[in-house]
Amino acid sequence: MKRASKIYTALIMVFLFAPMVILLVFSFNEAKSLSVFSGFSLKWYRELFRDEETLKAVVNTLVLAVLAALISTVMGTAAAVGMNRLRSRVLRTAMDSVTNIPMINPDIITGISLMLMFVFVGRLFGAATSLNFGTMLLAHITFCLPYVILQVLPKLQQMDKALPEAAMDLGCTPFRAFFKAELPEIMPGVITGMIMAFTLSLDDFVISYFTSGNGFQTLPIRIYNMTKKTVTPKMYALATIIFFVILTLLLISNLYDEETVQKRREARANKKNAKEART
Amino acid sequence: MNKKTRSLIQYMTLTPYSIWAAVFIVVPLVFVAYYAFTDQNFHFTFDNISRFFTATSQIDDGESVKEVHTYLVIFMRSLKLAVISTVICLLMGYPLAYIMARAKERTQSILMTLIMIPMWMNFLIRTYAWMTILQDTGILNSILSALHLGRVHIIGTETAVVIGMVYDYFPYMVLPIYSVMAKLDVRLLEAASDLGCPSVSVLRRVIWPLSLPGVLSGVTMVLIPSISTFYISQKLGNGKFYLIGDAIEGQYTANNLHFAAAIAFILMVILLFCMQLIQKLTNRKIIVP
Repeated sequence: MKRASKIYTALIMVFLFAPMVILLVFSFNEAKSLSVFSGFSLKWYRELFRDEETLKAVVNTLVLAVLAALISTVMGTAAAVGMNRLRSRVLRTAMDSVTNIPMINPDIITGISLMLMFVFVGRLFGAATSLNFGTMLLAHITFCLPYVILQVLPKLQQMDKALPEAAMDLGCTPFRAFFKAELPEIMPGVITGMIMAFTLSLDDFVISYFTSGNGFQTLPIRIYNMTKKTVTPKMYALATIIFFVILTLLLISNLYDEETVQKRREARANKKNAKEART
Repeated sequence: MNKKTRSLIQYMTLTPYSIWAAVFIVVPLVFVAYYAFTDQNFHFTFDNISRFFTATSQIDDGESVKEVHTYLVIFMRSLKLAVISTVICLLMGYPLAYIMARAKERTQSILMTLIMIPMWMNFLIRTYAWMTILQDTGILNSILSALHLGRVHIIGTETAVVIGMVYDYFPYMVLPIYSVMAKLDVRLLEAASDLGCPSVSVLRRVIWPLSLPGVLSGVTMVLIPSISTFYISQKLGNGKFYLIGDAIEGQYTANNLHFAAAIAFILMVILLFCMQLIQKLTNRKIIVP
């Protein structure tokens, strides 16, 4: 890299990370001040761990994200398999466009549209409040599905079409052929899709905000409620913890990536050697 | 595979998702239109839509009281701030994407991770961090006054809202442009300069047109969330700069679902129109040599 490029990149990184660093530093501040650091203290962390509402929100968020990721991965993978086999152009285009809608639409419109439907249906059944954990889960599955499908579809297209056919010719039932031949081939896409669904669900605020009832809080909604009133550095402590969790996860996934790339390279080399040995 | 099993597989795999997509993607959008065009008793009406275009309110700017179209002003303001933020993101992000694509592979992946880390933080936290920095008693002002440079008042201005938007959505601009640029054939650039093309023209006539698909998706990915956001303006604009997202959220909180739906419907139609327009315009640009 040239010198100017290096300086430019460094400046952007300062812009990206300065706010994070400031949150981190002030989470250890003894006073409540946001501009003067008056001494190191863990008091905001202690207070955070005593805040039952936040802890409950963490559990809620994780339960919701796990369920949404699992359900959307299973349904999305099946949908991708079906869409990949569609022969009709018209149907395929229709499916593709509908799948694109939640990704193109602003979150606020997805949230409002689902909320309106839930409220309307709830009113039909005479319920006073129709928004709860269930509606939120439905909403999360809905906005996760397109991302899973988009991760799995390319893997299916790359796959050798003869593979499942061969499995069936050799006596596998279609069901078994899918699990034994097709699924292992598309597994990287399925896993990436699931991780994406999980993180999208964890991170979502806007759609959750419109589709959650009053009683049920996820972490982003809890953060929203915390920042609505007067500020406590408890929020900074929470942000710092989230930051380090994310950092650890990213580092692990990067290491894992490099390892798998390395392994694949070795496997390919071995295969090549074996082939050469044979000829 | 015989025809029967094939159609059975297709039926089993596609049916659940098709039903789900119909019920939870298509039907809710129909509900937006339905609520937008009905009143409290679900009788057909144009009132909600026309209210958006005709509702007026008075603004007191210190000298005189002006009568303005409430929601049209809000919409134009959202559009203005979103466009400014998108342009700034593009100006900042394009060179970075270019630098990244030309760097060593190892550097590329490190930079990618670095850019993605803030993206993984919740946008509420990111916005809140800027509120801490920009406040009158915040970090920025204490640094400035420590350097005897005076103080600035940023929080509660449109500048603060733009800073927040740029910060929150910057990665969405860089990543698509980078992924297009990384695949760009270096030999094309070499060929251009070998044939005597000055480097400015290489950028304008080779790199730019080839990176246009990435730019396009980056612009869409920044423009759409920034035009419809509702938290950034509340926190960094001190609630003084109502945006279209705030208007929707406000009507929702006030339990005015029909009018909230009407605003959402109008926003959706306008965005759809804009995206078609962008696509048309850029297509033409690609063809022109």
